Amino acid sequence: MKLISDQDLQPLLEAAFFVAESPLSIQDIKQTLLMNYKVSSKRIKLAIEALQLDYQERGVHLVKVARGYRFQTAQAHSEDLAALFKERTPRYSRALLETLALIAYKQPITRGEIEDIRGVAVSSYIIKTLLERNWVKIVGHKEVPGRPALYATTKEFLDYFSLSSLAQLPELMPLPELSLNEP
Amino acid sequence: MVQQVLPLAMIHGQAVVEKPQDLFIPPDALEIILETFEGPLDLLLYLIRKQKFDILDLPIAPITEQYMEYVELMKEAKLELAAEYLVMAAILAEIKSRLLLPKQMVEEEDEDPRAELIRRLKEYEVIKHAAEQLDEMPRMERDIHLAQACLTDNFQPREIKAEVELSDLLAAMRDVMKRTRAFEHHHIYKEVLSTRERMTAILSKLKAVREQQPYLAFNSLFDYEEGRQGVIVTFLAILELIKESLIECIQTQASEQIQVRLKA
Repeated sequence: MKLISDQDLQPLLEAAFFVAESPLSIQDIKQTLLMNYKVSSKRIKLAIEALQLDYQERGVHLVKVARGYRFQTAQAHSEDLAALFKERTPRYSRALLETLALIAYKQPITRGEIEDIRGVAVSSYIIKTLLERNWVKIVGHKEVPGRPALYATTKEFLDYFSLSSLAQLPELMPLPELSLNEP
Repeated sequence: MVQQVLPLAMIHGQAVVEKPQDLFIPPDALEIILETFEGPLDLLLYLIRKQKFDILDLPIAPITEQYMEYVELMKEAKLELAAEYLVMAAILAEIKSRLLLPKQMVEEEDEDPRAELIRRLKEYEVIKHAAEQLDEMPRMERDIHLAQACLTDNFQPREIKAEVELSDLLAAMRDVMKRTRAFEHHHIYKEVLSTRERMTAILSKLKAVREQQPYLAFNSLFDYEEGRQGVIVTFLAILELIKESLIECIQTQASEQIQVRLKA
C-alpha cells in the first residue's frame, strides 16, 4: 500500500473525474483509482470538496449526482453552449413527461395506475422510450391478477436531471382537502 | 351623482363587471388546441381554467355543455377520438342527471356525485404540474453538458494479470478436452501399419525361434509401445495368418496362456 499526499491526491482525482465515462463515487475511486493507496474515504471526500470549491467560479463545476461525482458545464452557459451542438436535443411530449413524473413521484407504479390518473391510455411507445433511455426500470410485479409490471426510476434518471436523490425532486403541489362547494 | 356600473353577474356575492376575456374562442383556433389535449381530464381542466372556475365548484351543467361541444368539434375535425373522451362524456352526463334529482330522493350517505371526478381532476392537475416542473429542471444535453477530458495519446491501460491456481488450469484443460472430444470428427486415414507387413513380421519371428522353441506366447507377439492401433494390426495379422492356415493357436487348458506356432 502506497501513500499519497493531499497535494497529489487532488489533481489525481481531478484528472479521474475528467476522463471517467460515468460519474465516480467515493467507493468507485477507492476500488479502482486508489486501489494501491492507503487513503481513507474521509480524505477523498475532503479532497473532492476542495476541488468543488476550486471550480466554483469556473465554466465547469464538479457536481454530485446519483451515481457519484462528475464535471459538468455550469448551467449559466447552457444557452450559449447550445450553439455548439447543431442538433437540437429532443423535446419530450407532455404525455412522456407526465408518465415520467408519475413514475418518479409515485413509484413503484403500474401502467394501469398511470392510466387511471392521466385518464388516457399510456402508449407502449412511451414506456419503451423510457426503458430504452434507462430512465425507468421494472422493479417487480404487482401481486394482483395479471401481475402487471411495477415501474420505478433509475439512477441514470437522477443523473440526467442532475439530482443526487429523489428527495431533490421539486415538491408536489399540495392536494387540498375536498370540501365541495354547493353545486 | 355617479352612476354605478351595473354588474353583469354576481358570483359568490361578488359583482362581476367585465365580461370574461376568453368567453369565445374562434373555431379555427380550437382545432389547434384540441390536438394538444392529453386526454379528457386535461380537456376538462382546460375548460375549468378557461372559465376561471374553481375546480371545487365544478359547475357541471355549463362544463358538460362545453365539453360536448369540444367533443363534437373533435369529431368534425376528424381527430382520432380516443374512447376515453366518450367515457368522460358519459360520466358528465351521469353526474348531471344525478344532480337534477331532488335532494330528498338521494340517500343520506351518498356523497356529492361530483366528488370522484373532482378528486381525479385534482390528482391529474398535481401530476400535470409536476411534469411541467420536471420539464423546466436543468437536464443533461439541454441545459448541462458533461465535461470530459481526453486521455493522452500514449496512455497505456494497466493490465491486471489474473492469478491462476494450477488446479484452475487443470480444470480448464479438462473442459477443453471434453469439448474437443465432442467436436472430434471421424477421420479415415491410410493405414500406417500394414497388416500384411505385420503378418510377415510374425511369421519371421516364429521362424527365428523355431529351432529353440516351437511355441511363442500369444502376448509376446504384441508390442505394447505401438499403442492401440499397433495391437489391433497385430491381432488382425494373427487372425489373417490363422485363416490362411500358416499358424495355429493352442491352449493346453482353459484360461491358460495361448500359444502360437507355425503350422507344419
